[in-house]
Amino acid sequence: MRKEIEQLNKIFDSRIRIGIMSALMVNESMNFNELKALVDATDGNLATHLKTLEDNTFIKVEKGFIGRKTNTTYAITKAGEKAFRSHLDALEKIIKNLG
Amino acid sequence: MKEQYQELEALKDIRNIMERSTRFLSLSGWSGIWAGAVALGGSAIAWLQLGRYYRQYNERGNFDTDQYINLRNNLFYLGITVFIIALAGAFLFTLRKVRKQNGSIWNSASRRFLNNLAIPLGTGAIMVSAFVYNNDLQYIAPACLLFYGLSLYNAGKFTLNDIRYLGIIEVILGAICLFFPALGLYFWATGFGLMHIVYGVIMWNKYDRGTTGTT
Repeated sequence: MRKEIEQLNKIFDSRIRIGIMSALMVNESMNFNELKALVDATDGNLATHLKTLEDNTFIKVEKGFIGRKTNTTYAITKAGEKAFRSHLDALEKIIKNLG
Repeated sequence: MKEQYQELEALKDIRNIMERSTRFLSLSGWSGIWAGAVALGGSAIAWLQLGRYYRQYNERGNFDTDQYINLRNNLFYLGITVFIIALAGAFLFTLRKVRKQNGSIWNSASRRFLNNLAIPLGTGAIMVSAFVYNNDLQYIAPACLLFYGLSLYNAGKFTLNDIRYLGIIEVILGAICLFFPALGLYFWATGFGLMHIVYGVIMWNKYDRGTTGTT
């Protein structure tokens, strides 16, 4: 059991980061407001978590424009997908040990 | 033990977000009931107009081009009006449900749903327009049912799964109707009127009743 808990990725400790990763796993890309509505976080809070994930190269950020308004979109990277999948596997193992 | 409970919660969160971000789950049952009622009303008006046309035809005993064109145009405008009223009402009922859930009507999930609905539906609209343009009217009703059914089936992947059954029923009705084009109006009224109402009531009962009180 110890071993499995160690396999859990510390970066995915936060509910909001897990939310961001889940959404980006199944969507090609999402913008800030869409993510905000989905994970239910404040602007500052969400921005901090996005920055952490970006620094770990789990997500990539693309700054674009819609007309004159900036539109920043986020997408998952290969590394991010791999890390999140192994995190899910570890979660699954822990829960299996329950029964 | 407590930690394992947390992991279970985390998995639930993940599942929930994946589902919510790809499927548009806020379609209201009332949308279906409204669309069905409007379609039935439209069918009744069309039925009366057709009845009057044939009565006059029998009294005169010969074909009158003006009368025919008149009838055709009336039915065409009626169809478009019914479509707009049904769509607008369905949209408003769904918007109301979204507002109640504090969700948003325009997100990646609803865009995906609408794209997958619009492409087969748009193809059907072009086909029906061509029928009207070429004055070849007998397959309009079955074509409406077939393309609408295919659109629902396709878009069902991105919303409540139940809508796919409605899609299949519309396709079956359309397919049968192809062989009995003279009964087009009855099939049309069944598919767009009756089936929408049945579907709306089932959806309302299944999803709306518990969560949003009286609506």
